[in-house]
Amino acid sequence: MKLAGGGYVRPTSIPEALQELVGAAPVIVSGGTDIYPAHAGRALPENVLDISGIAGLRGISRIGEFHRFGAAATWTDIIRASLPPAFGALQQAAREVGSIQVQNRGTIGGNICNASPAADGVPPLLVLEAMVELTSRNGARRMPLADFITGYRQTAKRGDELLTAVLVPAAADAAKSSFVKLGARKYLVISIVMAATLIERNAAGAITQARVAVGAASKMAIRLAALEASLVGLPSGIAPSSILKPEHFEGLSPISDVRASAAYRQDAAWALTAAALDGAA
Amino acid sequence: MTSIDLTVNGNPARLSSPPAARLSAVLRDELGLSGTKVGCDAGDCGACSVLIDGELVCACMVPVAQAAGKSVVTIEGLPTQTRSGAALQRSFLAHGAAQCGICTPGMLVSAAALVDTNANCTAAEIEIALGGVLCRCTGYRKIIEAVMNAASTPVDLRPKAGAAVGSRIVRLDGLPKVNGTEHFGADAIPEEAFWVRAIRAPFHRAAFSFGGIAAWRENHPGIICILTSADIPGRNLFGAIPAFADQPVFAVGETRFKGEAVAAVVGERTAIESADLSRFPVSWKELEPILTIDQATIPWAALVHASRADNTLVRGRVARGDPDAALASCDVVVEGTFETGFVEHAYIEPEAGWARRVGNRVEITASTQSPYLDRDDTAAILGIDPTAVRIIPSACGGGFGSKLDLSMQPFVALAAWHTGKPCAMVYSRPESIASTTKRHPARITSRIGANRDGKLVAMDFIGKFNTGAYSSWGPTVANRVPVHASGPYVVPNYRALSRAIHTNCVPAGAFRGFGVPQTVIAQEQLLDELALKLEIDPLEFRILNALTNETPTVTGQVMGDGVGFRECLEALRPEWLKSRARAKAFNAANQVLKRGAGVAGMFYGCGNTSLPNPSTVRIGLKPDGRIALHQGAVDIGQGSNTVIAQIAADAVGLPLQQFDLVSADTDLTPDCGKTSASRQTFVTGKAAELAGRKLRAEILRLANAGPNARIEIAGNKILVKETAILRGLALNFMEPGADGYVLRAEETFDPPTAPLNAEGQGIPYAVYGYGAHLAEVEVNTRLGTVRVLKITAAHDVGRAINPTLVEGQIEGGVAQGIGMALMEEFFPGKGENLHDYLIPTIGDVPPIASILVESPSAVGPFGAKGIGEQALIPTAPAIFNAIHHATGVRVTRAPATPDRLRAWLIAKGFP
Repeated sequence: MKLAGGGYVRPTSIPEALQELVGAAPVIVSGGTDIYPAHAGRALPENVLDISGIAGLRGISRIGEFHRFGAAATWTDIIRASLPPAFGALQQAAREVGSIQVQNRGTIGGNICNASPAADGVPPLLVLEAMVELTSRNGARRMPLADFITGYRQTAKRGDELLTAVLVPAAADAAKSSFVKLGARKYLVISIVMAATLIERNAAGAITQARVAVGAASKMAIRLAALEASLVGLPSGIAPSSILKPEHFEGLSPISDVRASAAYRQDAAWALTAAALDGAA
Repeated sequence: MTSIDLTVNGNPARLSSPPAARLSAVLRDELGLSGTKVGCDAGDCGACSVLIDGELVCACMVPVAQAAGKSVVTIEGLPTQTRSGAALQRSFLAHGAAQCGICTPGMLVSAAALVDTNANCTAAEIEIALGGVLCRCTGYRKIIEAVMNAASTPVDLRPKAGAAVGSRIVRLDGLPKVNGTEHFGADAIPEEAFWVRAIRAPFHRAAFSFGGIAAWRENHPGIICILTSADIPGRNLFGAIPAFADQPVFAVGETRFKGEAVAAVVGERTAIESADLSRFPVSWKELEPILTIDQATIPWAALVHASRADNTLVRGRVARGDPDAALASCDVVVEGTFETGFVEHAYIEPEAGWARRVGNRVEITASTQSPYLDRDDTAAILGIDPTAVRIIPSACGGGFGSKLDLSMQPFVALAAWHTGKPCAMVYSRPESIASTTKRHPARITSRIGANRDGKLVAMDFIGKFNTGAYSSWGPTVANRVPVHASGPYVVPNYRALSRAIHTNCVPAGAFRGFGVPQTVIAQEQLLDELALKLEIDPLEFRILNALTNETPTVTGQVMGDGVGFRECLEALRPEWLKSRARAKAFNAANQVLKRGAGVAGMFYGCGNTSLPNPSTVRIGLKPDGRIALHQGAVDIGQGSNTVIAQIAADAVGLPLQQFDLVSADTDLTPDCGKTSASRQTFVTGKAAELAGRKLRAEILRLANAGPNARIEIAGNKILVKETAILRGLALNFMEPGADGYVLRAEETFDPPTAPLNAEGQGIPYAVYGYGAHLAEVEVNTRLGTVRVLKITAAHDVGRAINPTLVEGQIEGGVAQGIGMALMEEFFPGKGENLHDYLIPTIGDVPPIASILVESPSAVGPFGAKGIGEQALIPTAPAIFNAIHHATGVRVTRAPATPDRLRAWLIAKGFP
């Protein structure tokens, strides 16, 4: 359906939507929770591709070895979904996005494509080793989320592609996960720093797999590989947070802004990681 | 054009707005549903919350195309379209949960979304459900109470004659606030109005020139005219305090702060809204700005205003005794330097209003705190007589001091004057934050000495304030601060110097407390340091030094009555002892989390400092027996419409229900001054009391009755009862005057003050309000975060005319104090929105216990004093003293954001 007035298009199918990307670079809108604030006091740009009317872009389902989140799944959809324990961090992050008003509108796909370093959804998805599904008229391709976000508000999405789904391998379903967000007030707050963790243990209680991601402390949220490696093999009874060392956080490169100083972010990343590790222990 | 079909409040609607238009704008502009408010257009404030198919959303982030085929419920449909809406509206009214009312529709819609699915919700669930709606007035506690108790039927208090004062009646102007029909500045703009937008400086300081304005306008059909300084018929100058007026409506040649206006475009709304103003033909040359007190005060600093040497707007001084000698001989002396940042008022209603030309007059309907100041300054700009300007205040969606200054008024007035059409202007949130006044950043250095007996002996204080580019209320800050820097304590040897310093920052002006909150952050923390050194309990130390009816203030004034400060402190004692013990027990068992309890006191003079500030109130008896109360105090949410009426009712001796309110309008009400300086209950209230008593005396005189007679209105008769005698005055036999009233009384009250001499000695205020707050906090020492657990606030209000409204002021003041203490700082040029500039949400304000102390002042109406600013002043220092009690860290820079506090904790040795 093409609605009149300033190139606003609201298709009902993915092929129709992809057609709109041919030779054009419309602003892609679903929940509107990033694009409208970016235009406070102004109108949206002329050309808008509204993907909220596409059937099937919103569901959450288990398909084969993956949990599939339609790109237009909202935070509220994620909170309400019945998901395995590994998704605890993602659901906790969803509850801490903005406000109920924002959770009801904001989508997982939009959060990823906006590629803010403070995107609440990204650290939990990184520890889930999520993939993104990118669809163009030439077909679909998959890519790890860690590769998809390439920098500050930059992604590997081509102009002719739509992010259509987020795919999470079911392999780690039974793992425990945790998410901790730090802001300067309770609600409606952009993270100063956040951390997500996922820990899997064997029958004896030793850690077999550990994943840690920190957000808002670099150009984009990143995994802490050195820390993850040193957590593997840790027996039960030893708090994972007790092994933290400064070098585990060397990969972070926080900035100073109105929310906090760079030094504070570096320091707080440790505390949040510790809390998130113990939360998943 | 394709239309969009949907259901709104149960009725089908067909819309023709563009599909990307914000649903909030479409509801308001195309459907006329102005109950949905716009506070930020960014999902940061929640004022535009509506339900779409039962789901709560911010309508400002919904393209209207997505509402096609859906069911939208707004505040206007809440009673019929939700199960709980009507009960919630009643409950909000009954609990005083609406103050200014701008957030109320969003709060109610959010609450209905919760209560419809969860009738027995807990406080925690309410906080989550309402976490997305900001309120700047109430401190949220009465909102939580209202939602929790929505199911119970509220009692409609209708006090009998003579019993209005002291009664918790619901605010008389409350109903439109809860049903969404209240009209704020942007809510009743005529459809045919032209729109106005300003062209503003993108740099802190810049030279500029125009080139090709005529051609630009020709390329923009629908833009009717472009206003610059050349289009000002009167003077291109305004300022809150006439003697210091220095701010141009449109800058000429050079701009002095980022956000200063140089021109305005006027025209058809669609043309104005779609114009790309970044391409307006103005060329800028960025110049080196002065942004800090340090930069402004180096000897070779450039002058922000050539006429103001040393970049100094004004200096203030209060001195008494011999502070230098006394400090040298004190047993104990403490010293400290404390700094604060810019604080933004962050009312949820951005500036908005419209003007129309009526012959050679101009009428401005706008959100304001000061109709007569607006009138006089706008008239001077237009070059016409003040009586040729009429100011009709709309409902004001929060002011807190910033809406004392002109904002959109000169732009809409000039536009209407030149075009002859109604002209409207609605500030965007970024424009509001960038261009309107802020709280002054302060740097305060103070030395205080005491003797071993615990008595304060001397104090030496220097306060420097960054007053920004223009004067605004800088002189008021500089004059108030030295009078208040001692706090309500006896300090026999005293010197306080203040200085307001110009920079190229946004003008700093009035903000709830005029510099006193910054000052008290220094004073009350140093008092704690003294108490520590003297090994005296901090509360008892304050009690020992508290000002009394008989002891002089630092200006040499002995109040004689109404000094209830000591009672406030004593009222805190039981909770103080418990909270200190609670903290000690908690800390013995916890390493990372540390708790503490802190106290701080304050006093605050009601009304202008040694300057006249009269209010005049007129009361008229109508032929039908109803009473018209003309009072010009603008109710910005604090409740003057209700409080003044309660006072007038008891003064006349008739029930409140008998009164009709004629509220602020410069054509209809006498001048009641500005809504600031905590003066309306005290000054306008006193004028209302005097006018009421005068009308009563007139009725009694006509009935030949004594002063204790009872007056009743029955049908068209006034009945005057005195013991066994009943006299009737037939209203239909009384001749109405030209004003339509059969009897009238008008009285003026100007608080009795006396000028301050060169040493600042004299009677600056006729009365002060007093108070003290006790804060309990929990510090996460690992992260530097602070959770306020409880505030206990004792305030001497002389007489609580309406205890619910007084509590509302206290709770709202505490919330702003928490913000000032922990999160609020504006950095000029950065973060001009409500997600970078943070104010407390419903989850950041803890339970607040208010203790109302009534130590009456003979000069106030029924003994009453102000509470508006008093309520905020002690919160931040009480929190800081609690942080010190918890951790040993002294907060020398406000706000104590997590990064600052963590750095101090590390320096103190915390791991």
